[in-house]
Amino acid sequence: MKITLAVCAVVLCAVPFAGLPAFYETFLYLLLSAIVLATSWNVLSGYSGYFSFGHGAFFGVGVYTTAALAGKLGWPFLWTLPLAALAATVLGVALGAVVFRVRALRGELFALLTLAVTFVLSTIALNTVDGGPGIQVMVDMPKVTPTASGFLYLLMLGSAALTLWTAYAMYHSRFGTGLFAIHDDEDVAEVMGVPTYRFKLAAFAISCALAGLAGGIHAIFVSYVTVAETFSIALAVNVVLMSALGGTRHWLGPAVGAVVITVLLYAFTSGDAAVAGRALSGLILIVVIVAMPAGILGHVLKRFRSRQVPARGAPARAEDAPRQVAKASGEALLVVRGVAKAFKGVQALDRVDLEVRRGEILGLVGPNGSGKSTLINVVSGHYAADRGSIRFEGDELVGKPAHRIARAGIARTYQIPRPFPQLTVLQNIALPPMFGQVVMDRVAAEREAWHWLEFTSLGDKAHQYPGELNLHQRKFLELARALAARPKLLFLDEVLSGLTPGEMDGALRLVRAIRDQGATIVFVEHVMRAVMELTDRVAVLTYGRAIAEGVPAEVMRHPDVVSAYLGAAHV
Amino acid sequence: MPSATLLGQSVLSGIFIGSLYGLLGLGLSLSWGMLRQVNLAHFALAFLGGYVTFQLAAVAKLDPFVTLAVTAPAFFALGTALHWFLKRFSVTLLNTLLVTFGLTSIIEAGIQWFWTADFHRMESAYAAVRWKVGPLFVSLPDLLTFGFALTLSLGVWGVLRFTNLGKAIRATTDDAPIAAAFGVNEKLLGYLVSGLAASIAAVAGLCLALNHTLAPVQIYAWMGVVFAAVMMGGLGSPVGPLVAGIVIGVSEALTMAVTAPTWGPLVSFSLLIGIILFRPARFS
Repeated sequence: MKITLAVCAVVLCAVPFAGLPAFYETFLYLLLSAIVLATSWNVLSGYSGYFSFGHGAFFGVGVYTTAALAGKLGWPFLWTLPLAALAATVLGVALGAVVFRVRALRGELFALLTLAVTFVLSTIALNTVDGGPGIQVMVDMPKVTPTASGFLYLLMLGSAALTLWTAYAMYHSRFGTGLFAIHDDEDVAEVMGVPTYRFKLAAFAISCALAGLAGGIHAIFVSYVTVAETFSIALAVNVVLMSALGGTRHWLGPAVGAVVITVLLYAFTSGDAAVAGRALSGLILIVVIVAMPAGILGHVLKRFRSRQVPARGAPARAEDAPRQVAKASGEALLVVRGVAKAFKGVQALDRVDLEVRRGEILGLVGPNGSGKSTLINVVSGHYAADRGSIRFEGDELVGKPAHRIARAGIARTYQIPRPFPQLTVLQNIALPPMFGQVVMDRVAAEREAWHWLEFTSLGDKAHQYPGELNLHQRKFLELARALAARPKLLFLDEVLSGLTPGEMDGALRLVRAIRDQGATIVFVEHVMRAVMELTDRVAVLTYGRAIAEGVPAEVMRHPDVVSAYLGAAHV
Repeated sequence: MPSATLLGQSVLSGIFIGSLYGLLGLGLSLSWGMLRQVNLAHFALAFLGGYVTFQLAAVAKLDPFVTLAVTAPAFFALGTALHWFLKRFSVTLLNTLLVTFGLTSIIEAGIQWFWTADFHRMESAYAAVRWKVGPLFVSLPDLLTFGFALTLSLGVWGVLRFTNLGKAIRATTDDAPIAAAFGVNEKLLGYLVSGLAASIAAVAGLCLALNHTLAPVQIYAWMGVVFAAVMMGGLGSPVGPLVAGIVIGVSEALTMAVTAPTWGPLVSFSLLIGIILFRPARFS
């Protein structure tokens, strides 16, 4: 593998010295720049699902930075390349810093926003730097290669290598995994400990920097830049097309798509069929979106994967998971005081007080709509509390972002399971350990995940996708994912609902086993048999207020609790 | 500072160009708000309508308005066909953007193949008619565009607001499965709305042909502005795009009059960015 790579590198570097007709250098240059642009688009848009239609804008900023500095002011052009990358990055980060704070700004809104940014920048460039007629960029090329185009080819080759390496490294790191989780379900990713804001911003910065770099080189290549050619929507759409065609879920996908499209378009433009080429690329876009949502590479890999025998991790043994067995010590782990949360006038939580003690199983019960799930959402940081204080091991949680709360050792399950649909069961469970209290790398996290797969007997499902599981298995997946974070405090939100009595017994055994391993559990449940059987103490919520807290048998006889469930007696 | 007459003329031309934004936006808004489809191909369809009108008027010597009898039903069929395709393959909202962009490329290539990339301008008896109102000029094509935009926007609004059909469409927009459970034929309504949106594109095409030069590259020139109008006006709202379109048109025209024409696009796109950033909730 390494030898093949080295041979490829040597051959590609040797191209300018081989004395080939200039056409080959130019063609390869265009191919490489397509790879750089598509791959750099993909590290934000493909990985994290934030579809940008504005890649042309960041490319254009690079083009105009170099054109202005090297072409107008006569700076040495190699020095302008880092500046071209920097200018695009600064712009991207400034935009991202605003955009990524708005929670609803995803999907088509982000696409339209970035499209609009392209037009704004092109208008500004036209009226300021450019002035209308375009900029001539004539520079002295270092005499490294026989021809000038050969040198530009080498520069783009270097950029392509850098871009592919970046995409590869991201793909295999925590960073990439976090981005994929953001793609699938951003809210859940944040609650599992992924610093979503920072990750999106970093991915955007990398994406813009690489596009800006390519733009800087391209300014020299075209030697005459105009706004109409530079800030075209065609570029923005072509990179989407290439990435979608190759496969956005793989680091190499966009490069595959870039090669296919460039060769295809070349085959048409070389004849008189440029128009047919445009129609064909439109047709390809439609067919790919409709028939091959995973792209060429995604399609091939799926075939490959299904033929492979799923690799099984080492069977987990008890000593793999050393645990401090904590007894119910009575010491307060989580203290909720006066927490309020309203949704447009609906007071979901109304000054709730609650105490969770280390090592216990606390049952949290109450009628539908009493605020149990809201309380979990507030404690885990998904919603910000309007008022009140939440202390965990003495530290204030209110005002902290959800991923910091996850990192402090709080995990949760969702009542309706919310797995990451495009990650395998194993990858789903391996995510929290990568972003938990002890940050693990991918290999360690997958080893940890295997332990919890065995624990919830999902071992043979490891390489399947959540969509292939039944409800009972998805609930267990939800549980395994929460456990893999090794939380100190675990919120279980109606893990039993929808299970058959037989499945329920299994689930109850699991919950007990979890507690025996040292976690403190808040158990939200409607199934009273389970609550009475399992919990040490019970707290009752109704209309957003905690009305009783204590030993189950006593609390359930409390008159307020009886009336909350059954209504007041009218005699 | 330009003279009062120039400013007055700018405001007037802003209103007229804005009503074309509104007319183009009406179809886009309907399919986005009600069918959850972001139909980029709407622009290509409008231009196709313009070219067909041009062809029928120039070659077959038809009156431009008579061509509507051909284009409107034909486009209704095109609209329903597109809707069938998007439903058949259950294309998601974001992907409708990509699929219809692909369709735009195909239509654009078709236009370029048949009519070449050159500019075309339709000659008609209407184009020369203009009146002087005080110091300002008003042309017939401008007034016709305004009239079409106003009539169609108010007409759609009236249907949605006051008829049972409109009630059924609004119910389907809110919650299609529930509406279906109460006996609304939501599938049929989807075809109706998509066909209607495409027919409106045919009308917009007529206005384009009457008043503007036609060229394949122009398809993209209208996208940003019209999107801004639709998003400002509110998705699914029939009158909103017209009002927003006129606001944008006027502010654009004034910007161009006060600074240079090349600064014009900045207004609409800055507005679009502002709306998305500060009011994202209205689009969910």
